Amino acid sequence: MSRLASGGLIDRTRRLRFTWDGKALEGYHGDTLASALLANDVRLVARSFKYHRPRGILTAGAEEPNALVTLGSGAHADPNTPATTVPLTDGLVATSQNRWPSLRHDVMAVNQFASPIFVAGFYYKTFMWPKKAWEKLYEPLIRRAAGLGALSGLPDPDSYDREHAFCDLLVIGGGPAGLSAALAAGRAGLRVILADDGLEPGGWLLSCRDTIAGQTASNWARIAVAELGIMANVRVLPHTTIFGIYDGCEYAGVQHLGAGQPEPGQPRQRLWKIIASRALLATGAMERPIIFGGNDRPGVMMASAASSYVNHFAVAPGRRAVVFTATDSGWQTARDLIGAGVEVAAVVDPRGGGVPVDMAGIRRVRGLVRDVRGSAVRGADIATPDGKVERIDCDLVAMSGGWNPAIGLAAHLGQKPVWSEAIQSFLPGALPPGLAAIGAASGQFALGAILAQAHGAAAALAETLGAGGHAGEPSVAEDEACGVAPCWHVAGARTKAFVDFQHDVTDADVALAAREGYVSVEHMKRYTTLGMATDQGRTGQLNGHALLAAATGKTVAEAGTIRARPPAQPVAIGVLAGHHRDEAFRPARLAPSHGWATALGASFTDAGQWKRAQWYAQPHESDWLETVNREVLATRNAVGFCDVSTLGKIDVLGPDAGALLDRLYINTFSTLAVGKARYGVMLREDGMVMDDGTTTRFAEDNFFLTTTTANAARVLQHIDFARSVLWPDLDVQATSTTEHWATFSVAGPQSRALLADLLPEIDLSNAALPYMGARRFRWNGISARIYRLSFSGELAYEISVPADHGPALAQALHEAGATPYGTEALGVMRIEKGHPAGNELNGQTTAADLGFGRMMAKKKDFIGKVMAQRPGLTDPARPALVGLKPVDRAQRIRAGAHLLPVGAKPVAANDQGHVTSACFSPTLGHAIALGLLAHGPSRHGEQVVVHDPVRGADVLAEVCDPVFVDPEGVRLRG
Amino acid sequence: MRIPCPYCGSRDIGEFVYRGDASPVRPAADGAEAAMFAYVYLRDNPMGRHEEHWYHTQGCRNWLVVTRDTLTHEIPSARLAAPLNAGDAV
Ligand SMILES: [Zn+2]
Repeated sequence: MSRLASGGLIDRTRRLRFTWDGKALEGYHGDTLASALLANDVRLVARSFKYHRPRGILTAGAEEPNALVTLGSGAHADPNTPATTVPLTDGLVATSQNRWPSLRHDVMAVNQFASPIFVAGFYYKTFMWPKKAWEKLYEPLIRRAAGLGALSGLPDPDSYDREHAFCDLLVIGGGPAGLSAALAAGRAGLRVILADDGLEPGGWLLSCRDTIAGQTASNWARIAVAELGIMANVRVLPHTTIFGIYDGCEYAGVQHLGAGQPEPGQPRQRLWKIIASRALLATGAMERPIIFGGNDRPGVMMASAASSYVNHFAVAPGRRAVVFTATDSGWQTARDLIGAGVEVAAVVDPRGGGVPVDMAGIRRVRGLVRDVRGSAVRGADIATPDGKVERIDCDLVAMSGGWNPAIGLAAHLGQKPVWSEAIQSFLPGALPPGLAAIGAASGQFALGAILAQAHGAAAALAETLGAGGHAGEPSVAEDEACGVAPCWHVAGARTKAFVDFQHDVTDADVALAAREGYVSVEHMKRYTTLGMATDQGRTGQLNGHALLAAATGKTVAEAGTIRARPPAQPVAIGVLAGHHRDEAFRPARLAPSHGWATALGASFTDAGQWKRAQWYAQPHESDWLETVNREVLATRNAVGFCDVSTLGKIDVLGPDAGALLDRLYINTFSTLAVGKARYGVMLREDGMVMDDGTTTRFAEDNFFLTTTTANAARVLQHIDFARSVLWPDLDVQATSTTEHWATFSVAGPQSRALLADLLPEIDLSNAALPYMGARRFRWNGISARIYRLSFSGELAYEISVPADHGPALAQALHEAGATPYGTEALGVMRIEKGHPAGNELNGQTTAADLGFGRMMAKKKDFIGKVMAQRPGLTDPARPALVGLKPVDRAQRIRAGAHLLPVGAKPVAANDQGHVTSACFSPTLGHAIALGLLAHGPSRHGEQVVVHDPVRGADVLAEVCDPVFVDPEGVRLRG
Repeated sequence: MRIPCPYCGSRDIGEFVYRGDASPVRPAADGAEAAMFAYVYLRDNPMGRHEEHWYHTQGCRNWLVVTRDTLTHEIPSARLAAPLNAGDAV
């Protein structure tokens, strides 16, 4: 065990059991999986992506590139999770990845000896030819050899939540800067949200041994969080990663709930969308590795991580350490290790200088670690300026090459970072609107200065935003030394030196990319895949850029950085989808008769968001066609009814309502008599048909429009545009009443008789209510409307009652003896009558194409009039609406098939149109179809070939009038 | 992204429908085909400030003229495309 006898922030009274690759181990509450593994002396935790090299734990944070594990099993399996971010829980099951048959004996480790073929760009060079071999041979092989954890392949059993929040100030990061700023802003009275990605807010304060205002840093952090917790105007979001900044001061974050595993019945993660007037980037900095031979071996660790394991988790990551540092902070790690009883064999620092007074007796070597020895670290070869190499035995190399401010978020809206010579790294340049950087993210690394700077920034914001309260005074701490010398790469390493640990990119790969001309950082990234793994190159990116800069004779500043894009951390698709999955994928709109139809055993179909009854099968019926045929024949021979409430309904009101409709429709409505309905067609301004429907005039200044189900919202938008942008001088209003009315079509030769019984108070005679007549009445004391409209071609009525009364009306019609029919029978009857619907109103047809050419009024302006008269849109060769019947009546015609002249080769040049709608007509006893055919209206009686290469053989069809049933319209006027 | 609707206040962009450039004016009824063609199809693609039509479909249903910077997505202002009728409450 490497657990220290005392110290740390773990709760030693709460032992937790977990398994690692099936082996039972123990840790404490407050551990991460990584710290618990280290405490159990597990140093080998993963195999690398490409070479299957043994890997250990490099960091103590979300930037971890090596220690990726799979949590849980079965459907709950969560692959590629950094062990450093997993809070240890009782019963946790964790397994290693990318190894076979076991972590210790991975046969794919031979890849590293074949590394000459796995160099940068090897995919592009090696597996080019033949093409088939790529799909069948190379790709599966490479995928098996190189990879990470596997998905379970099962539906995600967890649930996810989503929340929107608004605040004056969002503080991103709860380390010293974030806490200091949140305290100041909260005390001043701003509405503050503090989002911290750690298991507990505090950031580096939980891992250092500094003191703030007389407290240990971790105590100060906990007191600060407690104070924020009781402020009503402050919301602390722990374990929440802000992963993106978007236009309009929008910030997206993911909150991990339930300390690693969701509570029963609770979501696993929550997506936050935060609208913040101002935000402070307090994301701190990440320590960067140094590129030397074997820098990926288990036992090589970031110096700050070593401090974190010692101070935060009370775990000694080794027994004898070499600290390799180009920074002053590395010396603090040496102090931390010594304090924990770890022997520090040497501090290797490329800079000259002595040993600090408090570390007398510690050996300082001016030099560089060139290579580490051993599969896991057993020693380090130290190169000194005099050219000598000395081997020092050790089992831990703690390295510190410098600190990179964590500024990825600051670049999400396209802003470019700028190089800072002082800190040897990039800092935010211009920032997204409303955002400012504080603390280490702004290049300020000294604790006392950070607390004061962050406090000042927040207090100034409070002042600017007019918060009335007093921000108080900043807490005081000492400033530690923060020097750094450039140290990117150790030349002359004898073994592989890694730049990107997760993607196995070495210094040689970067050099090769430069030699082959990939001299831009963006090209080098894609060629070597540096920074393209799930850790997005947080640890290694800048080292790679520095190498490339050196290889191309540029400075790091000149080489620049790659563009950081959201998400800053991998985000589960599940949390982005949130509740929108399965039945809740999108809202369902239920027609008024839905419950009634469900009880009757109806099958439903989707029409946009609507659920519509498709047919009402009876128990003895063997298939849907039998059902639909029955429904059609019952309607044509007796009486049927159908819920048509989903059609869009719009009330147009005002003295200029008629004038507006005249400009919206190709035909005239201002002349329509009160109590009458008229069919209308509206165009888009480019001359194509937009929608159709009937409009009824209930008063001089009150028209009632219907639209197709699909276009209801679009037509309302169109009307609003016309009345408020095109013709604001017209005094007219429009409002949707789609949801207000339940409407049933009652159709068939017996419809009048049935309604006469049901509605004895209404005179249904042709004289009182002729075809296209309408009137208001009261049904059972409620307001109702009846229209003499027919879509089926039969004597028919539409009856509307307030939506709540729809089920009662459906029940009444059913009990009176009408046969309910669904959308399928509705569709069959409209094809039999040649009415265009969605398939024909496809955005590419003109009014003339659909047979409405003569409806276009000559004497008035209307939307689309001028453009519809362009030669291309009036060409008689345009495909226009026709009917089609198979010459062999037993054959079937399918929608989507193409129309060719008889004997013509089936090539695009001979294409004369296509079948838009097709069905079996029970009325005629054979298949029928509607289609768009070149010169169609003049070709009735001709034969064409219906060509359907995808689904079957060609069918010979006769072109005919699109109205198959009762072309004279005798029945509907009956 | 958010749009400051003059009627509803600052609202999420998901509530709005985009139409496009607000500057073309529909030619008069007797307008020639060329003028109508330009109105329907011809658009500039400016870099910087741009006045565009947005429809607050899930809010007040007003058509707005929104000024948007096509380079930065900054939205400095938005106004109603049609002034409210006299007597309408705001
Ligand atoms: Zn609005």
